[in-house]
Amino acid sequence: MKIEIVKNILEANDQVALLNRETFNNLNVFTVNVMASPGAGKTSLILEAIPRLNSSVAVIEGDVASSIDSEKVARFNIPVVQINTGGNCHLDASMIREAIKKLSLEGIRYLFIENIGNLICPASFDLGEHIRIVISSVPEGDDKPYKYPGLFSTVDAVILNKIDLLPYVDFNIEYFKNGITAINKKAKIFPVSCKTDEGIDSWVEWLKGENRYK
Amino acid sequence: MHELAVTEEIIKVVTDASKGRRIREIVLVIGNLSSFIDESIQFYFDKLTESTPLEGAKLSFKRIPVKLRCYRCREEFIPDEEYICPYCKSIGGDIIEGREFYIESIEVEDEDRDSKEYT
Ligand SMILES: Nc1nc2c(ncn2[C@@H]2O[C@H](COP(=O)(O)OP(=O)(O)OP(=O)(O)O)[C@@H](O)[C@H]2O)c(=O)[nH]1
Ligand SMILES: [Mg+2]
Ligand SMILES: [Zn+2]
Repeated sequence: MKIEIVKNILEANDQVALLNRETFNNLNVFTVNVMASPGAGKTSLILEAIPRLNSSVAVIEGDVASSIDSEKVARFNIPVVQINTGGNCHLDASMIREAIKKLSLEGIRYLFIENIGNLICPASFDLGEHIRIVISSVPEGDDKPYKYPGLFSTVDAVILNKIDLLPYVDFNIEYFKNGITAINKKAKIFPVSCKTDEGIDSWVEWLKGENRYK
Repeated sequence: MHELAVTEEIIKVVTDASKGRRIREIVLVIGNLSSFIDESIQFYFDKLTESTPLEGAKLSFKRIPVKLRCYRCREEFIPDEEYICPYCKSIGGDIIEGREFYIESIEVEDEDRDSKEYT
């Protein structure tokens, strides 16, 4: 006998994500899910944004192991929580639920969540964020949107980092951009360099504009 | 390894839905834009159901290709690597299929027939 079910397998995660979003909304905390492959510049970009936002910022650092990134962020004397997933390839909504218990979000206006370095797994897991961004860096190559459409099709913005390296790498920006707009025409694309600071201001301005809680 | 948690969820949902009847087959629908891999779900399913009533149940995977609706001419198409619309040759479209990730149905043993089989 056949029984129809038709049930979203990620429903349990989505429900916790909804609770997280409610918490963020109630406290007026604008939350950004930062995704990228390992070493693309997630931590660098967050560190660039913190002093430019002129606002109270908190960070959740997701890593498989170590507290290297949270120590870098903590130098700004802002609230930061490290999540070590012990091998898990993405953050999920209940990890964030646990992490925000350890953060005092009262008065915080921006919360960055640095996801695990991975272009596949984080795509499916809503954390309760308000916007999702992916950082792609020049040395990774211009074909990343074509190889990981699952992630690139869900983000609000794509940050192309390390553009200071363009002279040394074969990277066709038009091809890269086409791969994004083909499946996600609402995504904003910001070419930046965390090394020379080129493009960082316009990305941060966009972020401020997105924040409905300023 | 993120298939572990989702496989646990699948087992929970189908166990509830089966109301104690033996499950023969579980039909999963997975869009090609989702980040889940059939083999990996099968692997965890085999591990997790070992020596349980679910052991030996068949997992069937229905894979859904990505389908776009052309931004320009609004025709639907299954894209090639560069997302070129076969009708008007422009690039890209709105995603209308390919993100699915759900349990469609299960096949359980009929109570009648079961009792016959065992008498
Ligand atoms: N040349 C250049 N190097 C950069 C740029 N941004 C970051 N880097 C370097 O890239 C390396 C990785 O940067 P991170 O910010 O740690 O990258 P991440 O994505 O946080 O890395 P994981 O957390 O380990 O996944 C560091 O050595 C940075 O100094 C850039 O714009 N240009
Ligand atoms: Mg980092
Ligand atoms: Zn067309």
